[in-house]
Amino acid sequence: MEPRTLFQKIWDQHLVRPETASTPAVLYVDLHLVHEVTSPQAFSELRERGLKVRRPDRTIATMDHSTPTIPRPADGTIPVADPQAAAQLRQLEQNCRDFGVPLLALGDERQGIVHVIGPEQGLTQPGMTIVCGDSHTSTHGAFGALAFGIGTSEVGHVLASQCLLQSRARTMEVRVDGRLAPGVSAKDIILAVIARIGVGGGTGSVVEYTGEAIRALSMEERMTVCNMSIEAGARAGLVAPDDTTFEYLAGRPFAPRGESWERAVAAWRALPTDEGAEYDRTVTLHADELAPMITYGTHPGMGMRIDDRVPDPRHVDDPGQRSTLEKALRYMDLTAGEPLLGRKVDVVFLGSCTNSRISDLRAAAGVMRGQRVAPGVRMLVVPGSQQVKQQAEAEGLDRVFRDAGADWRESGCSMCIAMNGDQLAPGEYAVSTSNRNFEGRQGKGGRTFLASPLTAAATAVRGVIADAREFVQP
Amino acid sequence: MTIEPIRAFTSRMVALPVENVDTDQIIPARFLKVTDKAGLGDALFADWRYGPDGAPDPGFILNRPEARGARVLVAGDNFGCGSSREHAPWALAGFGFRAVISTFFADIFRNNSLKNGLLPIAVDEAAHRRLMALAAEGGEVTVDLASQTVVLPDGGSVTFPIEPFAKHCLLNGVDQLGFLVGVGPEIDRYEAEHPARVATLGA
Ligand code: SF4
Repeated sequence: MEPRTLFQKIWDQHLVRPETASTPAVLYVDLHLVHEVTSPQAFSELRERGLKVRRPDRTIATMDHSTPTIPRPADGTIPVADPQAAAQLRQLEQNCRDFGVPLLALGDERQGIVHVIGPEQGLTQPGMTIVCGDSHTSTHGAFGALAFGIGTSEVGHVLASQCLLQSRARTMEVRVDGRLAPGVSAKDIILAVIARIGVGGGTGSVVEYTGEAIRALSMEERMTVCNMSIEAGARAGLVAPDDTTFEYLAGRPFAPRGESWERAVAAWRALPTDEGAEYDRTVTLHADELAPMITYGTHPGMGMRIDDRVPDPRHVDDPGQRSTLEKALRYMDLTAGEPLLGRKVDVVFLGSCTNSRISDLRAAAGVMRGQRVAPGVRMLVVPGSQQVKQQAEAEGLDRVFRDAGADWRESGCSMCIAMNGDQLAPGEYAVSTSNRNFEGRQGKGGRTFLASPLTAAATAVRGVIADAREFVQP
Repeated sequence: MTIEPIRAFTSRMVALPVENVDTDQIIPARFLKVTDKAGLGDALFADWRYGPDGAPDPGFILNRPEARGARVLVAGDNFGCGSSREHAPWALAGFGFRAVISTFFADIFRNNSLKNGLLPIAVDEAAHRRLMALAAEGGEVTVDLASQTVVLPDGGSVTFPIEPFAKHCLLNGVDQLGFLVGVGPEIDRYEAEHPARVATLGA
């Protein structure tokens, strides 16, 4: 048999009907994740047509985007102040009830950001196809699963048929050789990748991350990398499963057990890309050369080393790119050539499906232990799930953040998306561990610098954008 | 379920010479708390279109009289990146657009648009410059999906690619959900041969 890539193997295993010159492939979906924002119109479509959910046993829903994260009253109630958000959440409950779909609702101890809870519960497994009406579904690719975001029409397709119409993607290898220096993290890798290939650089492709630096990452760090594949335009991100993957999964609630675990691991070991298989394109980065990264503009590709200076539009030849940069700097109210280190910020946000897992909170707490959030800075720490929150509390991390003067919140998307009450005020600057710095993403008029949890913590303590390498022991 | 087939149409163009327009710009997240698709056209480009007081900004192109009734939007490179929200094509279609022209489109946006009768028309840079200039003057074009062409007033034309299946569906009003449900027996067979990898019930 021809040597195949990891992507090709998963693709081949899920073909209900192969692609032809005139029709796309019919691809089977192993796991469909659902949330409140992108599903209501899909359920309505099924209702109108009198269709059932084909496989409620391969579907699971949660609430995360429009849920409030403010601390809850002691009586156990969870008030949702925004009537529209409350209606949307009620609608999801109703839909799940009517169609028999399991729901980890607000208040469930397993609730959380959809891309945090899938892996945490062991639902995400190597070799699977996973979809969700959410672009950051690419996160699950960290397990060697083909996972991608779909629109609401397609959510309807999968609910009704457990399949999708898909054309085969191109493949791209992003190889990261070498080792990361202390203070430089998975987030910095992916911000560097996006800065390198551009926000459209991965369009039409599934990216597989390879190389020594990727192998050395923990599962949570791999998730951070795969999470932002979509910010380079890629359809999905992948990391081949290995012992790190299996160790993470063993014993999780939905992971196979006993004999079926052994069988599963044997099958998973056959997934990595074969020797000699070819990618359509390869890009190589050297981890040793990476520094903490930060974005200065209004898309995730506008990133630079934290000790660099904001680029000058006059040095950009392409007129379109020049005007894009000018527009971004106007929105950010930044001047070409200025450094970002030392720049005052108003808010620090530690959270989102990119960086709200326990290791992210530990990293930030490591910097903040015994320190205070600088005067004039508001810091929000939002664990990605209730389980992460519990774990953090068991380790006393919540105390570290609270003692420093940060807000310790309930799990959810929070200020990553500004549709749940947590948001920036117009003109405010934030260092944020989330994934999108688009205009208004964190609140109308808000200005976002994307960075790692270490950079966020260092910035919170200093009150100005700070270099995390000064806080970590080499 | 019947879908309205797409026919050739002629329309004025609107120029939005901004690159990397992401779906958060097309429709900001605070408008996603809906459970249907009604009225989303009013939220199209909301942060650019309305001032802090909520009043339309008369300088923004979509608020100008020339934009009224226009069905073709010409935007800068890489349109529709970011969030997978289908609310983006719903908002564009809700406003009245039937086609968006750019040099290329983000995958999910492209997919979502094609499911809503909104044509993502990707053209090369030279054609894009020409169409953008023409759009800035409020020029008209004819968009014909059958021949995959945009016809300019001077009789010149630009062709654009489209997936054969999407084209077939749009021209013939084929509904993709119905198509997939029709694959049912093959899906049954696949499921019989492939045990579930995970069971979510009992959660
Ligand atoms: S945390 Fe942000 S990016 Fe992740 S799923 Fe929620 S809104 Fe989307």
